[in-house]
Amino acid sequence: MNDKLPLNFEEFSEQRKAGFLRVKKVKEDGGHVAGTFCTYTPVEILDAAGFTPVSLCGMSAETIPDAEVHLPKNLCPLVKSSYGFAVSDKCPYTYFADLIVAETTCDAKKKMYELLNKIKPTYVLHLPQGLAGEAREAWRKELYRFKAYLEDTFGVEITDEALRKASEERNAERRAKLDLMELQKNVPPMLKGLDMYTTLEGSGFLFENDQRIASLKGLEKKVKDEYAEGKNLISVNEKRILVTGCPIGGVLHKTVKAIEESGGVVVCFENCTGIKAIRKQVDVEAEDIIGAIADRYIDIGCAVMTPDPNRMELLKELIAEYNIEGVIEIDLQACTPYCVEAFTISALMKEIGMPYMAIETDYSTSDSGQLLTRIEAFLERL
Amino acid sequence: MKYFIGIDIGSTCSKTVVMDENKNLIHKLLMPTGWSSIDTAENILKALNENGISAEESAIVATGYGRVSVPYADKSVTEITCHAKGACFLSGSDDVFAIDIGGQDTKIISIENGAVSDFLMNDKCSAGTGRFLEIMANTLSLRPEELCILAEKGSGVSISSMCTVFAESEVISLIGKGESRENIAFAVVDSIVKKVSSQAKRLSIGGRPVYLTGGLCEFDFLIRSLSDELGLKVKSSPDARFAGAIGAALSAFKVKK
Repeated sequence: MNDKLPLNFEEFSEQRKAGFLRVKKVKEDGGHVAGTFCTYTPVEILDAAGFTPVSLCGMSAETIPDAEVHLPKNLCPLVKSSYGFAVSDKCPYTYFADLIVAETTCDAKKKMYELLNKIKPTYVLHLPQGLAGEAREAWRKELYRFKAYLEDTFGVEITDEALRKASEERNAERRAKLDLMELQKNVPPMLKGLDMYTTLEGSGFLFENDQRIASLKGLEKKVKDEYAEGKNLISVNEKRILVTGCPIGGVLHKTVKAIEESGGVVVCFENCTGIKAIRKQVDVEAEDIIGAIADRYIDIGCAVMTPDPNRMELLKELIAEYNIEGVIEIDLQACTPYCVEAFTISALMKEIGMPYMAIETDYSTSDSGQLLTRIEAFLERL
Repeated sequence: MKYFIGIDIGSTCSKTVVMDENKNLIHKLLMPTGWSSIDTAENILKALNENGISAEESAIVATGYGRVSVPYADKSVTEITCHAKGACFLSGSDDVFAIDIGGQDTKIISIENGAVSDFLMNDKCSAGTGRFLEIMANTLSLRPEELCILAEKGSGVSISSMCTVFAESEVISLIGKGESRENIAFAVVDSIVKKVSSQAKRLSIGGRPVYLTGGLCEFDFLIRSLSDELGLKVKSSPDARFAGAIGAALSAFKVKK
């Protein structure tokens, strides 16, 4: 496996260079790196196999032109950006990954993974697209197959003991994230949504579980201390917003920052980097530990599921728990599952009397002005 | 406070209205926005001064995409809230369904008890906006209002593209085929009407009066076609192009100075 830096290394920013060097170190120390794309990836199995999982979701418009050489223009920006990073050797994590672990989630990703497999070995887990019938059993079997694949291909042994240990560690990480998120139940919330989001996202790029938990606990303590001292208080007049929809790392500034500069504060992220991916834990006592891992993941409510009752239920719970005053759905352009499901969500919001607005956007800045107007108008309405 | 002023700096046109304390419209001003909204804001101030209206004795609210470029405004409010208030004022009803066809965006605003209860705006696309009409009129060497009058005499042709640039090439190929101007003009208006009404139908109108605001408020044929497409009577008035500015002026009554 390649452990040399890419030819264009010197052109990169310091931050990206540092990323390359950190992940290179993992390889030099004999570790394996697995690139992942989705909250459905059972990281416990990768941990137990001695892999370092790292998210490869493209969050920048920078590599979209590279991707459009192979992919159609009218495709999700996250899919294009991710693929662009892979073909252009601009992402340290994709570059050094021994393996990419992907899932059959949306059509754009599924078909992109076929192309990605020509650049990097890409293992696609067949995620059932619903919870009915034998879906749960199929997903369990799929994870058994994945375990066998890792063992055969990389000559490792994945013991139940290692799986239980990995599950305990990941449960602790999820608990730490949840503790941080629950600070927002306070009125007023204890921190800005933007700070919350960047911390959650940033923790994913730390390779050790202890480091991840320390970064989360560190922010939690800082925020609690400051709150107790009355520092950086958020006004009770700021409208309490829940954000739902697609992954938003690539559109954070023109959405979340815009909300928080217009009189709102995002107190709950229901989407991928947020709460939906961490509310449920792995039952480490379960006899069949792979089955317990599978069960934890399949219950995540995402628009790729049909129907998608868990997303609806979670939204209702969160709206009540976090005293939500308005829901903003942020969807990426050409994301069929979320853009279509937005209609169902809008009907649900109408039913429970919750103000709701859906935004569809991509990684360009061309619509920043229009988005700001819509966001301000939505907040004026509350 | 003597005067309550609303300034709506739109993408194409800037609208200003002055109200007295009894909410009478005592002054209206229309000017092209040009390339600099800061210059436009200054020109508005000059014009107000020439009419004996000074900023000191006025409460001023700015709206429109250039709302942040009016340094002497006391407050800025989005055009969605302002069009809603303006539509209520002009229609004389607190429960209205407003359609604003603006230069760069079209807004569908549902209003209950005088407040916005829901709204939609076109994303990243100029189909169904004033800009679309302007570009197509230009291709036909017509002014937008002339296009709308000609359109009434046409029929039988449609433009299928939702993208302004592609629709323009569709128009050019219709010209090339020798299609009459009337028929092409009809197709242009029809395309706007279909796009706007499909957007409007996403929100429930629910028996409320539908009021058209924005620069196309006197385009009779467009208003009639929109009424036919929605299956109800769309109302408007010549002052409806000032709806955003009127809403801003009404918001100025709440400014504390």
